[in-house]
Order: sequence, then C-alpha cells, then structure tokens
Amino acid sequence: MSTHTQRVVVAMSGGVDSSVAAALLVEQGYEVIGIMLRLWSEPGLEAFNRCCTPESMALARRVAAHLGIPFYALDVRGVFRETIVQFFIDGYAQGITPNPCGQCNRHIRFGSLLQYALSLEADFLATGHYARLRQDQQGRYQLLRATDRSKDQSYVLSVLNQAQLARALFPIGEFPKSEVRALAARFGLPVAQRSDSQDLCFLAGGDYRDFLRRNAPHTAVPGPIQTRSGKVLGEHQGLAFYTIGQRKGLGIAATQPLYVLDKDPHTNTLIVGSRDELGRDELLASGVNWIAGQPPPGPVRAQVKIRYRAREAWGTVTPLGPDKAHVQFDAPLRDITPGQLAVFYDGEVVLGSGTIMMPPRNEAPLDKA
Amino acid sequence: MEKIYLDYAATTPVDERVLEAMLPFFGQTFGNPSSVHTFGQRAEAAVETARERMAALLNCQSKELIFTSCGSESDNLALRGVAFARREKNGANHILISPVEHHAVSVTAEQLARLHGFELEFLPVDEHGMVDPDDLAARIREDTALVSVIFANNEIGTINAIAALGAVCQARGVPFHSDAVQAAAHLRLDVQALNVDLLSLGAHKFYGPKGVGALYVRSGTPIVPIQTGGGQEFGLRAGTSNVPYIVGMAQAFELAQRDSNGDPAGLAALRDHLIGCVLETIPDARLTGHPSRRLSNHASFVFKGVDGNALLTMLDVAGFACSSGSACKTGLPEPSEVLTAIGLPREWALGSLRVTLGRQTTAGEVEAFLNRLPELVSRARKA
Repeated sequence: MSTHTQRVVVAMSGGVDSSVAAALLVEQGYEVIGIMLRLWSEPGLEAFNRCCTPESMALARRVAAHLGIPFYALDVRGVFRETIVQFFIDGYAQGITPNPCGQCNRHIRFGSLLQYALSLEADFLATGHYARLRQDQQGRYQLLRATDRSKDQSYVLSVLNQAQLARALFPIGEFPKSEVRALAARFGLPVAQRSDSQDLCFLAGGDYRDFLRRNAPHTAVPGPIQTRSGKVLGEHQGLAFYTIGQRKGLGIAATQPLYVLDKDPHTNTLIVGSRDELGRDELLASGVNWIAGQPPPGPVRAQVKIRYRAREAWGTVTPLGPDKAHVQFDAPLRDITPGQLAVFYDGEVVLGSGTIMMPPRNEAPLDKA
Repeated sequence: MEKIYLDYAATTPVDERVLEAMLPFFGQTFGNPSSVHTFGQRAEAAVETARERMAALLNCQSKELIFTSCGSESDNLALRGVAFARREKNGANHILISPVEHHAVSVTAEQLARLHGFELEFLPVDEHGMVDPDDLAARIREDTALVSVIFANNEIGTINAIAALGAVCQARGVPFHSDAVQAAAHLRLDVQALNVDLLSLGAHKFYGPKGVGALYVRSGTPIVPIQTGGGQEFGLRAGTSNVPYIVGMAQAFELAQRDSNGDPAGLAALRDHLIGCVLETIPDARLTGHPSRRLSNHASFVFKGVDGNALLTMLDVAGFACSSGSACKTGLPEPSEVLTAIGLPREWALGSLRVTLGRQTTAGEVEAFLNRLPELVSRARKA
C-alpha cells in the first residue's frame, strides 16, 4: 500500500457544498489544493452572477485560508464562452432547450479543470456535487445518486466517462444537506448565508429570456402559433421563450386550454394543441454516454429522468449503436423536451444519459388520452 | 519540502537588526512625537534621528525628507502635491510620465487627468523600457507641471538614466520625480548626483517593515499636502508618526545603502547564471528589460504561448515563489501595461515570469529552480 499522500484539487465556489467538501478532504488526510474557476459573465454584470462573483472568490479564499490550503484561480472565460454559452445560444436557435450544465461538467470541470489538476500532479479532482462513486467487481466506476434524493446532482454528472470518474471525488454525496450545513458549522467555515440558486450560473440572476434577447436576438424572432393541422391561432415572441407542455403565457384566447406541443425551427412555428394531443411515450437520444464504457447488450429497464427536476418515469431503453438510444415509456409524458438530457437510472446507479432529439417532422399525433 | 522564495522584488523579510532597532519603540519609548512632555520628546528624538540618518545617506537636508506610510503614498504625494501646486502657482497643466511606471504613479496621473483636467502625456520608451533624454527635452513644455520617470523598473529591471533626465528637467525648471522604490535596495541613492527634485522610497523593498515609506522633496519645490490635518512632516503629511517603523526604515536603509556599493551577496553573478541557463534550456524564451543596465538581483522573462498564471501556480505547487507582470490572483490575466509598452505581442506578454533574488538566496536554491523550470514551462505552454 502506498504511503504517498494523495493530492486533490477541489473545485471551490465559495459556497457551502464545495467548502465542506474541501474541509472533509483535509480531515481525511489528503493534500488539498483549492481552485476556483473564473467563468464567463456578461461584461458589466460580473458582480451579479450567481456564481463566481469577486465576492464569492474572496469567500472561497477565506475558506481556503481557514483550512490552511493553497488557493488559486483558473481563468476559463474564453473556453466557457465558446463551449458553454455558445452551446446554450445555438441550442435555442435550433429550437431545442439546451442543458449547459451537463456540457460544463464534461468539458470544463472534468475537462479543462481536470487537465489543470493533473498538470499540478494531483491524483483527483473533487467537487461539492451531491453524488456518489463506487467501483464494481470488475473495477469499473459507477456513478450513484446522492444519499439525499432532494439534492441529488447525478443528473448533471451523467455525462462523465470512466477516465473522468476514475479521477473524481464527491465527498459530500453521502450526507443530507442538513448535515452538510452542520459540518460547515463544525469546521467553523465562513460561508455565505444566501441559499443555493438553481439558475444557470452565467445568467447574472436574470431570466434566460432577457439573456437571449441581449446576446442572441436571432432566437427572439416572432412567428406563427399554429395547431398541428396548420391553423394559425396567433403570434409567439420567439421559440426560445416557450417550453414543451407549457400552458400559460401563449396569449391566445381559446375555448379550451392550449398546450405547447412542439417547435419547428425551420418555419419558426410554435405548435400548440389540446390536452389530448399532449403526451408522447417515446424518445430518441443522441450523444449517449454509457457510464460503464459501452452500451448494454440489449434493451434494459430503467427509470428515466427527462429533466433535472422531473420525477423518474419507467421505461425500456434500447441502445441503437454506440451513441444513440431509444426509450419507450410505460406511460406518456407531457413534457419531453428536445435538447434536455434523458438520464437512465437502475435504482441508485446511473447507467448513462443522452440528449433528447427532436421528434421526426411528420410524426402522427398520439390518440392516447 | 521547504518553499523557496524568489520574489524579493515583491517584498523582503525584515532584517533581524531592523527588528531589534524597532522593538523599544512599541512599549518603552511609545510617546506621540507631537506631545509636549518628555514621553513625546523621546519619541520625537528617535524620529528626527532616523530622518537625519536617511537624509545624510541621500545627500539631502533633514527637512527635505518626508515620512509616509509606503512607496505608493509617496508617489501619490509627489504627483498630486506637485501637480496642484504647480497649477496654482504657474498655471502648469501638463504631466509627463513614462508608460512603464508603477501603478501608484500611472493611476494617480490618470486620475489627475480624468477628474482634475490635467493633460497627461506618455514619454516614448525603447524595447528595454528606457526613456531617451532627447525625447524628454522635445516634449517638455512651458506648462509642464512635473515629469515622473521610474528609476529601476519593478517588472523588467531596467535602470533609467535618471541623472541625464533630471538634468533636462532642471534646465527647463520643471520638477522631476523618480520612483526609487525598487532601486533603493541595490543602487546608491544620492539625490544631488541624480538631479531629482522628488524621490519615493518604500521600506519593505529593502528589508524593512511594510507600512512605512519616505519622499524626498527638494527645498523650493512647489508642493501641497494631500493628507491634511495636524502639522506633522513640515505640514506636508498629517498623521501621528509611525515611530517604530520609521526607526526601522532608517536602519534598513543604512544597511542597504552601505551594501549597495558592491554586490556583497554575489547576487549579480547568480542572477546572470540563472538568465543564461533559462535562455539556453527553454525554447521561445526572452529576457525582458535591459541586458546590462538592470537591477543586480532581477531576472524577468517572457515565454511565448505560455499561460503565466498557470506557470506561477505550478511553480508554487512545486515549491518556488515567483511573480509575473501578467498574472492576477483573481484569475483574470491581462498583459501588463509595461510589457505592452515595450512592444511585446500578447502571445508573449501573457507568459511573463519574474525571478528576483535576495539576501537569503543560495546557489542551491537557484539550481533547484533551474532544474524544475523547463518542464513546468513546457506544461504551461498551450498546445
């Protein structure tokens, strides 16, 4: 057994989760280095970003000083703007609803930051995510949900591969949130009193719609609202501002409630319909990441989350080649949204995830109630 | 592993002899020098002795030496104090500085322009950051309020021809200020020989404590105080004297100036060895600043395509403390104005590294550094 002290880089944000993660690793005897990412923010709005304000960096620095660990900042503004913010804007321009957090974990946190950590001769990169890791009997890494289901962030970590998981540590995944706060107090950590926000980190506390209006006006072009049969009912303000399954805010007077069924980016049309028309019981996912390193040999039963905050739905996942998958749900869902991650769970274990594709253009509507 | 300090240009440890000189003035001789009673008198005597010692070394009169809280404050007093006085007295509205000044000079000058209507002009510099006295002569005007050129550059080590520049200003009757904060530890400072009217010093660069500095102000120079209140420092800088620190600074200055005639620590040779090795073993590396007219302990480089911030972090993790003209603690590296002013393209300027030696540096430390640096530069080099 090696007696070499293992070196860990902790991705710090100044928030309580990453601060407690760092404190736990110090207590466990690792040689810990704290690094904070300097992400992109709109010029002039740096102080309002949810994450990575100068204030939060000062707080992270104090936590590091309290723990007696070195602290450095890493500038990834350029690559973040190019790979994450642009990805976000491009997604909306294509009529889908992108999830940038998955991209960020794959390319920035466990991409750029992991590379940097390895260049500092660290053995691991740790984060304050609520998730757990295990190794199976063959030594392959498994990603598990956090003990505290209500805080579980395995959804956004489902994009990681074996090489990345082999270098990852998630120290707080075993604890419920309440205990993490108690640990912060026990360690005497200076932490912000504000509660965690679930908004996108680069939105500066504003609405994503305002962000798109300012930074991607081409996604905010009005167009027709139509039924599936082509009847024009009104005008939408830009496809980006509506979500699948949305009922309110359409600005149409109708005898029965209307729901957003679909978006057609080619004709810039928002397609709406009645409750009966809502609901699909299958999806196709692309860019599938199987955590184990390859797809299962055949269809598997899984609980599938189609959005970070969605409840899991049972279905059968069938791999189609190395990077696509088909999901047949047991029951229809109202809000399957192209661009979001569909994450496949087998109990506590994350099997993998893929990006939900747009349905084929001339798909016949369901006649299921 | 013990960390190795190679950032003496940033700050220096307080010399034991300096600390010893300071201690009696915290508890024993603690009086306020402005007080009438003997507690005050003793403290005042200590301050005035310190003033005399430093003035003698600087070759000026006691009353021409003002104590401040740091080199930056001295720069602020020199720039603002003289600019406002010269405008009031002579209608002078024009300020000339080099583009390679410390921020305490450049930011102050920029504020004078932006908020107080002064016209700020930058002198040209060559690729080593040197100002040509002929360029100064061509740009100095009837309405120039003052000229400020840094003596020894903190980022790139270049030593400017201060005496020649001072002579130009003298001939034209314009006050000449030089920031000598970096120079004090290594160069003989004789204000008469240097032809300066104002000279800034900061103790923590010459093995004195942080929190105290000084400004030489030639008698007859128009100047108004910028920190006003009680009449301390001949009415030019209000505030109760920081007695122990002033005593410490004088002691440190004496030790530094006594040593600056030779190079007793042999730093120049060690530094030259370091420069030679780096330029030989690392591809796409350049020395910044003048190759020979440079501070004896100072080595500064730029490495093409290197992330300067990443390099400093790697060096620190590997046990070597250095600095750079383009790194920033908050992770927003921008190339420094100095490196841009000497004409370095961004790709080079972002990869700067400053290595400065000091009294405690050993040949072994330099060897250890030279052994690790090539590999770290290579890692910090973008693909």
